[in-house]
Amino acid sequence: MPTITVTRDVLYEKLGRSYTNEEFEDECFDFGIELDDVVEENSVTKFKIDIPANRYDLLCVEGLARSLNVFRQRCGVPKFIVKEATERIVIDESVSCVRPYCVAAILRNIKFTEEVYNSFILLQDKLHQNIGRERSLVSIGTHDLDTIQGPFKYQALPPQDIRFHPLNQSSVMSAPEMFELFRQTYLKPYLQILDGCPVYPLITDANGVVLSLPPIINGEHSKITLNTQNVLIEVTAKDREKCKIVLDTICTMFSEHCADKYTCEAVEIVAMSTGNKSTTPKMAYRTENCSAKQMCMKSGITDLSPGNVADLLTRMHLPSKADGDMVSVEVGPTRHDILHQCDIEEDIAIAYGFNNIPKQIPNLYTIGTEQEVNKLTDSVREEVARAGFTEVLTFSLCSRDDISNSLRIPKAIDKAVLIANPKTFEFQVVRTLLLPGILKTVSCNRKMPLPLKIFEIGDVVLKNEDEETGCKNYRQVCALYCGKTSGFEVVHGLLDRLMMALNEENYSIQQSSDPMFFSGRGADVIHGNKKIGHMGILHPEVLENFDIVLPCSILEIDLGPLV
Amino acid sequence: MGYNYDWKAVVSTQSTGADYVERVKLTHEKGGHGSMGYNYDWKIEEAQKNILRTHTTAVSAKMLYQLGQQKEFTPTKLFSIDRVFRNETLDATHLAEFHQIEGVVADRNLTLGHLIGVLSAFFKKLGLEKLKFKPAYNPYTEPSMEIFSYHPGLKKWVEIGNSGMFRPEMLLPMGIPSDVNVIAWGLSLERPTMIKYGINNIRELIGPKVNLNMVQENPICRLDKV
Repeated sequence: MPTITVTRDVLYEKLGRSYTNEEFEDECFDFGIELDDVVEENSVTKFKIDIPANRYDLLCVEGLARSLNVFRQRCGVPKFIVKEATERIVIDESVSCVRPYCVAAILRNIKFTEEVYNSFILLQDKLHQNIGRERSLVSIGTHDLDTIQGPFKYQALPPQDIRFHPLNQSSVMSAPEMFELFRQTYLKPYLQILDGCPVYPLITDANGVVLSLPPIINGEHSKITLNTQNVLIEVTAKDREKCKIVLDTICTMFSEHCADKYTCEAVEIVAMSTGNKSTTPKMAYRTENCSAKQMCMKSGITDLSPGNVADLLTRMHLPSKADGDMVSVEVGPTRHDILHQCDIEEDIAIAYGFNNIPKQIPNLYTIGTEQEVNKLTDSVREEVARAGFTEVLTFSLCSRDDISNSLRIPKAIDKAVLIANPKTFEFQVVRTLLLPGILKTVSCNRKMPLPLKIFEIGDVVLKNEDEETGCKNYRQVCALYCGKTSGFEVVHGLLDRLMMALNEENYSIQQSSDPMFFSGRGADVIHGNKKIGHMGILHPEVLENFDIVLPCSILEIDLGPLV
Repeated sequence: MGYNYDWKAVVSTQSTGADYVERVKLTHEKGGHGSMGYNYDWKIEEAQKNILRTHTTAVSAKMLYQLGQQKEFTPTKLFSIDRVFRNETLDATHLAEFHQIEGVVADRNLTLGHLIGVLSAFFKKLGLEKLKFKPAYNPYTEPSMEIFSYHPGLKKWVEIGNSGMFRPEMLLPMGIPSDVNVIAWGLSLERPTMIKYGINNIRELIGPKVNLNMVQENPICRLDKV
């Protein structure tokens, strides 16, 4: 969930009133946003507000205040106008292998105060982070139009052929040089987006001045200052739809600061290879016609007329009119989150108030049942506990050694599911046995009186070619006895007790040479000709690997065959 | 949000139900079923990547798909309590794995009012009666609601769960009839337990560092007894 930071007083000024923190929290709650934190930055109070991930129109104070004002009926929904294009960007074929899409727009006669400027930067950051997927899918460049000259060109060139003065640096450098520099800065994570690309994207003007090298850095030449009056916004992307959404969002949010409020100017986009011409931003409006009755039904709301529904939707920034039962809903360029009628239905419910909807209980009869393996698990749990063992719950992720070398069975790693991107070595593999977790518990609980008897029932995962995912979960039980003596007879007794309780006669134990156990003191548990587990006194090296100083006997079996 | 434990040893999942895969792809790319869709290129390689599930809704979806394959729809209620995995920064209240409780009800003509009703009854059984519902967002539910409960000890409203009605784009490709609505809700197991027992570090509740004395001496959990 994205969090935006807004200056409290700027927000209250736009809302036309101030609130106590509690009042504002309540206002946010009903609208579907959350006041997460209140902080002081340089003695200015700022709000950190959580915004739903699909509401790009709430990612800045301009959009947030506007939506809240419309919600509180302080103002109507603005209509956005796109003026004819006077500039164009030509897209060269060379970008198609690296970053194919480019759209642009111009904001004329915009007034930048420091607040507005900061908000402008923050919105771009948020869009980069979220819909832009950390710039990998979409990135934005904004430029002082009066410092550059169209027509503009979007192409991709070999890195060594690119030289310009990057933003906030002191001199002109080549792309390889600036990338070396950027490896030490906050730009480092974005460099990998262009890793391995033979050409880098570049936007230049008619005189060869570099506007930007998307998605990394803009040029110093066209940077925006508080004196900038005309802004060129260029958005480049790997995803055409998201590209459009980002441009629409910036234009709808910041055109309120233009002399011609809510107006932006189009830019012509020409594809050099096909000659295809189009203009952006799209700023599309569409009308959805829906039955008021049908929409309210899903929410369980029964007391709204179609006129009421239209009013509520208008308050949610979806201007609507009712005609009989049909409501025509205008979905504009600020509401890219409206994909289906259910999105409109939700907005009716939000405006009505979720907490005002009458509760009902579903009128349906069903017969409940548990999965067999879970039923068995619960029964086995009871039996083992009755035998005096304490249940534990441990992690299903562990280190490679935990299930192989530390247990003296190095080959066991071959059957394990490995994690490709573990954050720490504690989470390298999914456990193939419950035993490591049990042993770690013993090691962490040295002060417990002896003998220590613990058990766990849970899933382990082993590779299995027959399964869709290539692996399968197995429900196992592992019990351990730790004391002054090894307690082999205790775990053997537990096995016999369990088998009796589950009415299983067809089992046996066979001595094994499993290296996990003391020589001659380990056995396989056989059920109907198949090995379903093992049991024995643990080898001293295993104990040492887990930092345990007293003898231990263990039993671990797969419950699957017993279901 | 953190995700994605990729599984190294086998690179991809073999797909089942090739028709279903086609329908899902179409819904993402072009919409349909009354939806605008996401308008991007859906890649099967992404879908086939193996990950440790980040929420049990992944399994609920599989169960709903099976429900959709039935010749005749039967109203269904499902629940699960199981482990989920998140690749996030670890701290006193966050681990890489924890448990989720999930409930699902599928029937003709269910409404948001039914979801609110079921949630109120469910949480009442857990001893939580003072509830507030907040609009939220999940990519697969619309409407979505977060459930908050007033905690008298902490003297504030605390989030206790997430819920919603599954989107048509999810249900219709599964073969669920269009007049069937599916409501679902979920909560974590660890967080309410920590609040109830006043435990500050999640490692005191799950994992090898749990104090076995605590396990042996803790009274039975009796939610009805205040």
